[in-house]
Amino acid sequence: MPVGNDNMRKLYHFHGGIHPPSNKTQSTRATIARAPLPAKLVIPLHQHAGETAKPVARVGERVLKGQLIGMPDGIVSSAVHASTSGTITAIDMQLIAHPSGLPNLCATLIPDGEEEWVPRKAIDYRDHSPAGLQHLLRMAGVVGLGGAAFPSDLKLSLDRHKITTLVLNGAECEPYITCDDMLMRERAAEIVQGAEMLRFMLDAEEVLIGIEDNKPEAIASMRAAVAAGGHRRMEVIAVPTVYPGGGAKQLIRVLTGIEVAAGVRSTDKGVQCFNVATAYTVHRAFAHGEPLLSRIVTITGNVLHPRNYEVLIGTPIAELVALGGALPDTDSYIMGGPMMGFPLPSVQVPLVKATNCIIASSKKIFPPPPPVMPCIRCTRCADVCPADLQPQDLFWFAQSREFGRAQAFNLFDCIECGACSYVCPSHIPLVQYYRFAKSEIHAREHDKQLADKARVRHDYREQRIEREKQEKADKLAAREKAAQAARLAGAQPLTAQQQAEQAELETSRAHIRELAQSAVEHADEGTTK
Amino acid sequence: MLSALLVMSAIAAVLGAVLGFAAIKFHTEGNPLVDKIDDVLPQTQCGQCSYPGCKPYATAIAAGEADINRCPPGGEEGIRKLAELLGVEFKPFGEDAVPKAKSLAVIDESTCIGCTLCIQACPVDAIAGAAKQMHTVIASECTGCELCVAPCPVDCISMQVIGEKIANWKWKYPVYAMTATT
Repeated sequence: MPVGNDNMRKLYHFHGGIHPPSNKTQSTRATIARAPLPAKLVIPLHQHAGETAKPVARVGERVLKGQLIGMPDGIVSSAVHASTSGTITAIDMQLIAHPSGLPNLCATLIPDGEEEWVPRKAIDYRDHSPAGLQHLLRMAGVVGLGGAAFPSDLKLSLDRHKITTLVLNGAECEPYITCDDMLMRERAAEIVQGAEMLRFMLDAEEVLIGIEDNKPEAIASMRAAVAAGGHRRMEVIAVPTVYPGGGAKQLIRVLTGIEVAAGVRSTDKGVQCFNVATAYTVHRAFAHGEPLLSRIVTITGNVLHPRNYEVLIGTPIAELVALGGALPDTDSYIMGGPMMGFPLPSVQVPLVKATNCIIASSKKIFPPPPPVMPCIRCTRCADVCPADLQPQDLFWFAQSREFGRAQAFNLFDCIECGACSYVCPSHIPLVQYYRFAKSEIHAREHDKQLADKARVRHDYREQRIEREKQEKADKLAAREKAAQAARLAGAQPLTAQQQAEQAELETSRAHIRELAQSAVEHADEGTTK
Repeated sequence: MLSALLVMSAIAAVLGAVLGFAAIKFHTEGNPLVDKIDDVLPQTQCGQCSYPGCKPYATAIAAGEADINRCPPGGEEGIRKLAELLGVEFKPFGEDAVPKAKSLAVIDESTCIGCTLCIQACPVDAIAGAAKQMHTVIASECTGCELCVAPCPVDCISMQVIGEKIANWKWKYPVYAMTATT
C-alpha cells in the first residue's frame, strides 16, 4: 500500500524503470526468527569484493564465536570470522554460491553448541579517529549487505572528497526480497544509530534514508526511531516504488537530484551511500564489539512458510530451505531476487554475507522463458534503462563481440538490473550479453596488463645482459691495455742480470709445461687401457 | 621576372626551413608500426614464431617478412587484431602453430639441482634461485613460454595448465535456440 508523498523534500526521477509484481507481502507476515544452529557451517574465505582472506585458523583448532579465521589480504579485502564456537575440521575448496558453480577456499566448522564468544569490546565511536574506526570495521568483516559485498571501510576513506550527504538505502526495490524491510521494522533504532556512526566517520552533514513507499511500516518505524533518538538533520524519505529505485545511483538521483555521470563516483559529488543492513552491522560492530557473523535472509517463493530469518554466515542453504518448507515441485533455488539473482549450483552451498534472499523456484512461479526471437530494434529496453543507455546497441555490439564499441557506448554503466530483458518483446536475455561482454573486456585488460609487465621485464633483462657484456668487454680491454703498458714499460731498461733471470724463468716454465703435458698423456694412456 | 624568382625562392627557403625544423623537432625514434604491432603481441617471448622474441617478430611483420598467424599464445584474437591493425585479411593458424591452453611452469623443487640453466633461459626473469640453491618459478611473472623446460638437465620443470577458477571465470556467450516468427 503506497503512502502519499508526505515528505518535506522535492524528489527527482531517474530515467526508465519498471513495475514488476512485488511479491513482498508473503514474507512479511511473520517477524524475523533466529535460525537454529546447524550441524555444520562452511565459511567461505572469499565473501567480499576483492582479495580472498588468508586463513589464520588451523585444522583441528577449537575456535570461539567471533574469532578471526580469515585475515584481510590486500587493500580490497575483509576479515572472516567463526560464526559460532566449535572445531575447524577442514580448510579446503568447497562449492560456494557463485554463478560459475566453481569451488573456492572455505573453512568447515563443526559447532559445539556452546556459542562461547571471544571477548567482545564495545567502544564509544566518538572517542576514536575515523581511520581507527575504519580499521575496526575491516577487522570486523563489515561489507555492504545490499548485494555487492564491497568492504565498507573503503567507502569511508575521507582523503579524497568532502562528503556532505550520507544516503541510507532502504529502498529494497527487487521483488520478493524483504530482509531490509523487516530489519527496519524491528531494529530501526540500531540502524539509525549505525547511520549516526557512519555520519561521524564521513563527517557528513545530513543523512537521507530512502525507503520505497510500498513499505509503510518500515517508514513509520524508522521515522519513530529518528524522532525518539533526537537525531538532527536525518530524514526518512518515502520514495516512489519503481524498479530499480534501490540502485545506489538511482536512489541518489531521486533523493538529491544529483546525476552521477559515467566514470564519476557519487563521492565526487559529495554523496556516499550505504545499505540499511550495513548501518545495522556497523552499530553491532562498535556498540557491541560483534563482527559480522549473521544476517537477515528472506526465504520465499515456492515454500510453505515464507519468512525472514537471522542466519549464521556459513549455514548451508538447505537448512534455510527446510525452515521454509520447500514445496515438492521446486526445481531450483535462486540467490538474490528474480531480477538480479542467479540459480544456485547446489542447495548445499553455504550462506554468505551477500545472501539477502533465497527464492525457491518452480515452473509455476517462474515459467521457462518463451523462445527468443530476433531483435526488432523497438528500443523498449532504452525506454526503461535506469542508466540511460542504449541497450539495443549494447546487445548488438556484445553479440558481434565488438567490445571496443560496447565500451564506447558506456557498457560499464550498466548495473545489470534486468529491466531491459524484462520488457524485451523478443525475450532476448540481454543482461547475459552484457555480462559476457564485461567479463571478456576485463579478461582482455588483465591479459594486456600481464603482457605489458612481461614486456618491461623482458626489456630490463635485455638491457642487463647487454650491460654485463659491455662490462666484461671493458674489463678485458682494460686488462689487455695494462698488460701492454707493462710490456712497453719493461722493454727498455732490462739489465744483463735481469735478462738472465728472465731466460731462467722461461726455461723453468717450459719445463713445467712439458711435465704437465706428459702427465696428461700418461693419464690418457691410463684411461684407454 | 627577377622579383618572381626572389619571391619563389624566399618561399622555398622558408618552407624548407620549416620542414627541416619539423624533421628534427618531431623525429620519431624507431619504427612506430613495430611498436604498435609489439603492443598487440602477448609478450610471452616464447619464440614459437621462429623469431627470438616478440619485438623481433613485430619487426619482421612490419618489414613484410613474416605472416601474422605465427603467434600461438596470442590466439585467433591476436591474429584478428594484427589483421585489423595492418589492414590485411585474417589468416588462420597453420598446422605447425596451434594455440595451447595457458599454462605455468612449475619446478619440482625436490628434484631441482640448482644448475641455473632455466634462470638463464627465462626471458622475463620469472625464476628465482642461485647456483646450487633450489629454484622456483614466480608464478605471477611466468608467461608460460616453455623456454625453461628444455634446458633443465634433470627434467624437473613441467607446464601446468591454469584451469578455470572463480578468480578468472568469465560469463559465457549466451546460447539458446531461436525461433523465427511465422
